[in-house]
Amino acid sequence: MNSIITTIAKRELNSFFDSLMAYILLIAFLGFSGFFTWIYGADVFIRKEADLDVFFGIAKWTLFFFIPAITMKMIAEEKKSGTIEILLTKAVNPRQLVLGKYLACLILILITLLFTLPYYFSIARLGNIDTGATISGYLGLMLMSSAYIAIGIFTSSITNNQIVAFLLALLIGIVFHFILDVISSGSRGMMGNILSDLSVSKHFDSISRGVLDTRDILFFLGLTALGLYLSELFVSKAK
Amino acid sequence: MDLKISELSKHYAHQKAVDLISFEVKSGEIVGFLGPNGAGKTTTMKMLTQYLTPDHGVIWYGNSRNSDNIDIRREIGYLPEHNPLYEEMPVLDYLNFCAALQGVPESEIQGRIRDMVKKCGLDEEKHKKIGELSKGYRQRVGLAQAIIHNPKVLILDEPTTGLDPNQIVEIRALIKELGREKTVILSTHILSEVEATCDRILIINKGKIVADGTVGNLRKQTESKQIIKVRIDGPSQDLIFQSLRQLPGVSVVDLINKEESRYEIQSSSEDALNKQVFRLCVEKDWDLLEMTPTETKLEDIFRDLTLN
Repeated sequence: MNSIITTIAKRELNSFFDSLMAYILLIAFLGFSGFFTWIYGADVFIRKEADLDVFFGIAKWTLFFFIPAITMKMIAEEKKSGTIEILLTKAVNPRQLVLGKYLACLILILITLLFTLPYYFSIARLGNIDTGATISGYLGLMLMSSAYIAIGIFTSSITNNQIVAFLLALLIGIVFHFILDVISSGSRGMMGNILSDLSVSKHFDSISRGVLDTRDILFFLGLTALGLYLSELFVSKAK
Repeated sequence: MDLKISELSKHYAHQKAVDLISFEVKSGEIVGFLGPNGAGKTTTMKMLTQYLTPDHGVIWYGNSRNSDNIDIRREIGYLPEHNPLYEEMPVLDYLNFCAALQGVPESEIQGRIRDMVKKCGLDEEKHKKIGELSKGYRQRVGLAQAIIHNPKVLILDEPTTGLDPNQIVEIRALIKELGREKTVILSTHILSEVEATCDRILIINKGKIVADGTVGNLRKQTESKQIIKVRIDGPSQDLIFQSLRQLPGVSVVDLINKEESRYEIQSSSEDALNKQVFRLCVEKDWDLLEMTPTETKLEDIFRDLTLN
């Protein structure tokens, strides 16, 4: 069971690094986040605070766009080229297929985030950084990424067109990120509470502030599980 | 592993792709699946490989029934139609990947890959990426991934499409060799391929099996008419033509080559047509220069069975 998942994940990771996808992602992500964290107007030097808040704020948005770009081909391309038939007629279950793809994307994001650790060490030399808050900020990024990856794989599983998968993933992301915020701030009472509880921004901001609340963690894990479950459903439905 | 298929059906939307088909394939047998485009060959094969779930019917793999089963899939090797492959992967990595997915133990994988490279003639191209290979080599890679885990059942959907004549001969020889110990089902449009490789033919049309048997058997079934080609030298072609037409049972006479005066004669009579023609020539004192009996071609059988 596990070896199938890791075999699929390994192939996917190799394909990231073979196709330049991984390098483009790394360079673009480090470029953006580095520019806004260190050089742009509202950067660390101007705020004179020894923390990574600026970085987490930027990373949240960069990942928001990058993750759909990584996940869009995951299932859609296999469907289009027909290779999904090769996989599913071997000793592979739809669940293992989906989990393998998810794992590969998660590892790629983890590698990307590891490259930003020098930011932490640089700031730690400049001032008294709150290590706890930093760890929880990274944890928040990983949890949020995990949810977006699951959503992206899901949208990739319902079409064989990568562009459709990309746009749909962005759309769902925008709903969770923006629209729920906007609506919930305009509505009161129970409805408002429920809507604001579904907002990715709210949960991410709460974690990245350094407050580790199980509700926030469960929210992201729940979203991940839902996305992966639906992906599995759509992969099996194709049969 | 013997396969037993009983009353298998599959619908797509409103269309019946496969309609209650039943057949058996024994271990060590190579069965050719013939049929016009859209007859249901690929759909049937996709159900046999468990890629599609049948709407109705049962597939027995040896003693185990169908239903989504990983252990059964480990015993099946499958080359899909159009042979989809990961273009960006090197050949060796791809074979490794496929072996791992089919549960070949880590320690045996390298040995199996070496075997496949040798058997399928991939040695010169093994370090290239699949996308850089010619069609013939891609087909060999497709075949290699299908047999790398040494399956008991081999299902090949048009294994020789796009190959040149030399490659076709090689692949056929490989399939024949594999067929000695495995259960092989292959589909094709090329009728001579079936005659060259298969022990048995299944002809499928509009989702139903319309013929099942060896090439010889099918010939006998449809061989109600005799056809011979003759070359007769006589005083007048017209006279010869007329006399041939008047032989008992002869339905069609064709002057197929005027200069050499060759005729094709079809007869539905029980009597041996060649004897009649010979006697006629003796009687009239014509020179019978050539006489060739013609076998019913597989093409004719195929047309007979699928054109109505």
